[in-house]
Amino acid sequence: MNYAVETFDLNRTFKLKKEKKEKNKNENSKVIALENVNLKIHEGELFGLLGPNGAGKTTLIKILSTLLLPTSGTALVDGIDVVKYPEEVRKRINMVTGGEHCGYGILNVRETLWMFSQLYGIPNKKANEKIGELLKILDMEKFAKTKIGKLSTGMRQKLNVMRGFVCDPKIIFLDEPTLGLDVQVSRDVRKYVKTWLAEDPERTVLLTTHYMAEADELCDRLAVIDQGKVLVCDSPQNLKKSLTKDAIFHIEVNLTLNGMEKFGEIPGVKKFAYEHKSHIGRTFLKFILEDESAISHVTESISDNGSKIVSLSKVEPSLEDVFVALVGRGLQDEN
Amino acid sequence: MKTDLKTNIKAVIARAYVRVVAANREPSWWLTETLLPVLSTAAYVYVYKALKAPEEYTGFVILGGTMSAYWVMVLWSMAAQFYWEKEMGNLDLYMIAPISRMSILLGMASGGVLLTTTRAFAIFLAGSLIFKVSFSIISFPKLLAVFILTLVGLYGLGMLFSSLFLLYGREAWHGVTLLQEPVHLLSGFFFPVRSLGFGVALGASLIPLTLGLDAMRQLAFKTGAKSGFINVNLEIIALVILCILFLVLSKYAWDFMERLGKKEGRLSLRWQ
Ligand SMILES: Nc1ncnc2c1ncn2[C@@H]1O[C@H](COP(=O)(O)OP(=O)(O)OP(=O)(O)O)[C@@H](O)[C@H]1O
Ligand SMILES: [Mg+2]
Repeated sequence: MNYAVETFDLNRTFKLKKEKKEKNKNENSKVIALENVNLKIHEGELFGLLGPNGAGKTTLIKILSTLLLPTSGTALVDGIDVVKYPEEVRKRINMVTGGEHCGYGILNVRETLWMFSQLYGIPNKKANEKIGELLKILDMEKFAKTKIGKLSTGMRQKLNVMRGFVCDPKIIFLDEPTLGLDVQVSRDVRKYVKTWLAEDPERTVLLTTHYMAEADELCDRLAVIDQGKVLVCDSPQNLKKSLTKDAIFHIEVNLTLNGMEKFGEIPGVKKFAYEHKSHIGRTFLKFILEDESAISHVTESISDNGSKIVSLSKVEPSLEDVFVALVGRGLQDEN
Repeated sequence: MKTDLKTNIKAVIARAYVRVVAANREPSWWLTETLLPVLSTAAYVYVYKALKAPEEYTGFVILGGTMSAYWVMVLWSMAAQFYWEKEMGNLDLYMIAPISRMSILLGMASGGVLLTTTRAFAIFLAGSLIFKVSFSIISFPKLLAVFILTLVGLYGLGMLFSSLFLLYGREAWHGVTLLQEPVHLLSGFFFPVRSLGFGVALGASLIPLTLGLDAMRQLAFKTGAKSGFINVNLEIIALVILCILFLVLSKYAWDFMERLGKKEGRLSLRWQ
């Protein structure tokens, strides 16, 4: 089995800026962005990195795409060391970042894609064919002649995606490729990623995302990463299966800002997370219980805390719950 | 190796294309970038006329104005351009592409030369016609050689400056702003550099424009040699050395800055 990406005890730390250093003088003046990361991504796989803000996802992608050096450890892309032979790695990869503003506002969509294809030495004819195909699949033909400075956010992100795929890399890194896109555009992008991958068994996708549903739908396997550490790495199905013995409850109460810490200590509660939605005056609670009977303790504690239950339901485990079970909190901005 | 070369050539052309297209799509740039320099050059001509300076000073000034277009271009469209490339995220994309960084720089430079040459030519033509400058070219091949060497040297310097932008954004930007005017003075855009005194002129010679302009004046005007700084042949040799120096240095500076940037995590901006 060939690995598209392999990392061995990969570490990356950042020094804190001076101002921040002064604030917490006694604390360590470093941020650990990646800690002993060991991953093996198979060729042909659609692999996901799931984690909250600051987990280290982008850091990992930057190391793999030769934009950043690891502090220690080794990373191989298509079997090639990213530190020792970056030029060789670059021939095999490309990267798309959500919200990036690549290109020059004065060029139109087609010209922009052509320009980036030339950085990969693609013959003009082939490049133009590929661009035509991408424009068609992503439903961008009518914007082919639009200057990119005039594109809307969604169109712009489609352009970014096309830019990444225009050179048909062997391995592509997608860092939140659907960030801020509406449902339809995200769906188009996801669909394209899947078809592209299926076209050639040697292709590999490494995707980071905040969106659980996206990870669930797309990924063959995924790694949950938090504070620089890989907590678990498996297929979405297996991850969810790991929770089937537990009882998962979603409870909605009126907006309650106090007393949340106590809920984690209720007997029978394995993990607990909450999210305030002040604009609708609600707080959402997620409980992972050792077994169903513990729910009575939970509802008691909620009433004791003075909160009123609006709804309560037992749910099948989702990736979100896997995340709560592992990290002990929910993924924010989850919608 | 062969495919690598092909890829790099394609990258140069693609990057140059952006420059040329951009200029054609914004015709107003052409106007501001040509008309304004012509006006500021004309201002100097009138000052000299009012001071009853020797006739050939008019020619000197026009030549200076012409070459100044290249200097402004090198500072803003080569070096400081990287400030924008980094802000927009293009730098990341150039860095992960399987091409030499020099190809991107060369693409910017060649696109830039093409544009600036039309601009410089307009300044030159307008100035020479309006003020009826009389040229008497002593050696055309030497003049051409000096012109090309000056450009190569200037672009080498631009590449060297651009490496600063890999790590520093605003700071480098301010540095470039500070450089623009003093260089106009030191390199003798609007008067023979000899008037600055030998020591200052020698220092200013580090900027290829200084020797280039001086040599061009000596080669293009009858009385040019009289107000020249040093012998033209010496100036040509010095220019060759400067060109090699800047090109080699810029390659090292880029490698160094890139490595440092990758180590400290400052190469690409953090935005997510
Ligand atoms: N260039 C840098 N300099 C200093 N610290 C950095 C740098 N890049 C990242 N960090 C820090 O490293 C940690 C990991 O950041 P990273 O961008 O990899 O997270 P992420 O998982 O991509 O988060 P997000 O979901 O917000 O994109 C964060 O604490 C971040 O502040
Ligand atoms: Mg990120």
